[in-house]
Amino acid sequence: MTPPPPPPAADVAEVVMPGTQFVRDGATRLREIGFAALLLTALGIALLTLLVLMIDVILEGASSLTPEFFTDTPSRIDPSSSGIAPAIWGTIWLMLVCAAFIIPVGVASAIYLEEYANRENRFARFVEVNIQNLAAVPSIVYGVLGLAFLVRGPLELGNVVLAGGLTLGLLVLPVVIVAGREAIRAVPPSIREGSMALGATKWQTIWKQVLPAAVPGIATGTILALSRAIGETAPLIVVGATAFATTASTGLFEQFSALPIQIFGWTADPQEAFQALAAGAIIVLMAILLSMNAIAIWLRNRYEQKW
Amino acid sequence: MGAGTHATGAAPGGLGPLGAKRRRWGEEVIRALLFCAAAISVLTTIGILVALLTESIPFFKEVGTSFFTETEWSPLFADPQFGIWPLLNGTFLITGIAIAVAIPLGLGSAIYLSEYATPRVRKVVKPILEVLVGVPTVVFGYFALTFVTPQILQALGIHVQVYNALSAGLVMGIMIVPTIASISEDAMRAVPQGLREGAYGMGATKRQVATKVVFPAAISGIVAACVLGVSRGVGETMIVLLAAGLQPNLGVDPVDGYATITTFMGSAADGDNPAGSIGYESIFACGLILFVLTLIMNMIAIRFVRKYREVYE
Repeated sequence: MTPPPPPPAADVAEVVMPGTQFVRDGATRLREIGFAALLLTALGIALLTLLVLMIDVILEGASSLTPEFFTDTPSRIDPSSSGIAPAIWGTIWLMLVCAAFIIPVGVASAIYLEEYANRENRFARFVEVNIQNLAAVPSIVYGVLGLAFLVRGPLELGNVVLAGGLTLGLLVLPVVIVAGREAIRAVPPSIREGSMALGATKWQTIWKQVLPAAVPGIATGTILALSRAIGETAPLIVVGATAFATTASTGLFEQFSALPIQIFGWTADPQEAFQALAAGAIIVLMAILLSMNAIAIWLRNRYEQKW
Repeated sequence: MGAGTHATGAAPGGLGPLGAKRRRWGEEVIRALLFCAAAISVLTTIGILVALLTESIPFFKEVGTSFFTETEWSPLFADPQFGIWPLLNGTFLITGIAIAVAIPLGLGSAIYLSEYATPRVRKVVKPILEVLVGVPTVVFGYFALTFVTPQILQALGIHVQVYNALSAGLVMGIMIVPTIASISEDAMRAVPQGLREGAYGMGATKRQVATKVVFPAAISGIVAACVLGVSRGVGETMIVLLAAGLQPNLGVDPVDGYATITTFMGSAADGDNPAGSIGYESIFACGLILFVLTLIMNMIAIRFVRKYREVYE
């Protein structure tokens, strides 16, 4: 335990001074119970609202979940023959691009920052502050970044899967870097020293000893990053995803839809019949999200290594 | 590498000097590659700034100070007006409603979980909160537009329009609660047990320990959590885009619809504005304002967190 710092003097004085605290009269007890009830109500309201949200979505959307819902394409006119096939394929493609970008880049960044950069190094500290700040940049600003550099501008990819996936990748990269650094830091120095003492080079040590030991932590971080990316809507709107794709994307350089975009498109539609479809798509998206989180938690518990 | 290495550097009759005998180019190349990867996150920041500035500068050259002095925002009209105030007004009105919901609920939940809940309850509720932080905001937008506005607000007899700030703000508040609760609960749990025991030893009640010892001791973490909550609200797009409408509005009545900085960006970036047009540039000018606002808030939050770490490390 770290030594406790001196407590704020004024507060302690306030606790001691009145002298009534030792005698718990009725009013005091009432205040105690009232305060606890207030706190419980706060937590209750928050959790209850979220429960109502889930129930509302399930009640609205359950009827949409037919087999055809997963194989049909969305229609502007006829809700009954509308489905999420292009949205699901779009999301799969986006996640593949995103993973192919964030895993190598995120892990390499984490290795550099933990194993090569000197802690006191200006660059390392700058990167650290930079990552903290990037995590707070609103997601729509990443959309603007993607629009300026990937969709138009120097790369001019257009409104395609590759641009969307990379935009999401840049958005969640900090999550992978932070998780990767923690996983690498948790590998004890004795492992590295043992490897180096046997004549391995620095990179051999990292590649053969440190990384394998850090894989569960890195995998957990990657899944959490992807589960954040899969629900992002605003940046995809800006880079030009389309809510009414008539065909599923089959490659990196094609236009794309995505589940959250499809949900947005249907929710915004004035025709109420489309809102049941939106609810159905929300159920699918939430099911994917919760499974990803469950896998991440399972990975963390199953493979967490105690040194 | 190879069979001969052991002989090359060793001095006759003894060990050679310690340390690398020759440069290993493979190692150097790997180090350089890793450095490049780490630089990508810095390049992202630079990229954001360059993207925002290169399009904003011509915008501000054309629009000038009327951006901050005009009170009308109509960039896509034939006679466009670019006064940012209606958008800022909508942003802060909705965020204000959200924060008025999120701070009491979030801090109440955090105090309960940190000081009152049994370990068993905490073990169940804490992971739920962490999962809820990850619920996509488009889902909250759906909830605000299709449930809260018609089935709660209108059912209660509040004369809200289909698109209104109240519904967006309330739901955004619920969205922010898990963030504030989770971070401030961590801060309160980090308060050393000795402080609590000292207060109990002097006869303080549970409520007094929570409000007069733990809360003040964790205040920097709590402030940081609230600032991050505000920052999430200001940058939030989907709830507002779905539930608050797109009407620039300088009023303060929450039953009306409001456009915000983010909703303008989301609605204007759908490809109808060709690159180089003033409408296209205005997206980037709004992005710049948003970026600066959230950056300032994040720096304040980091400041507070540092302060709180200094106390207990």
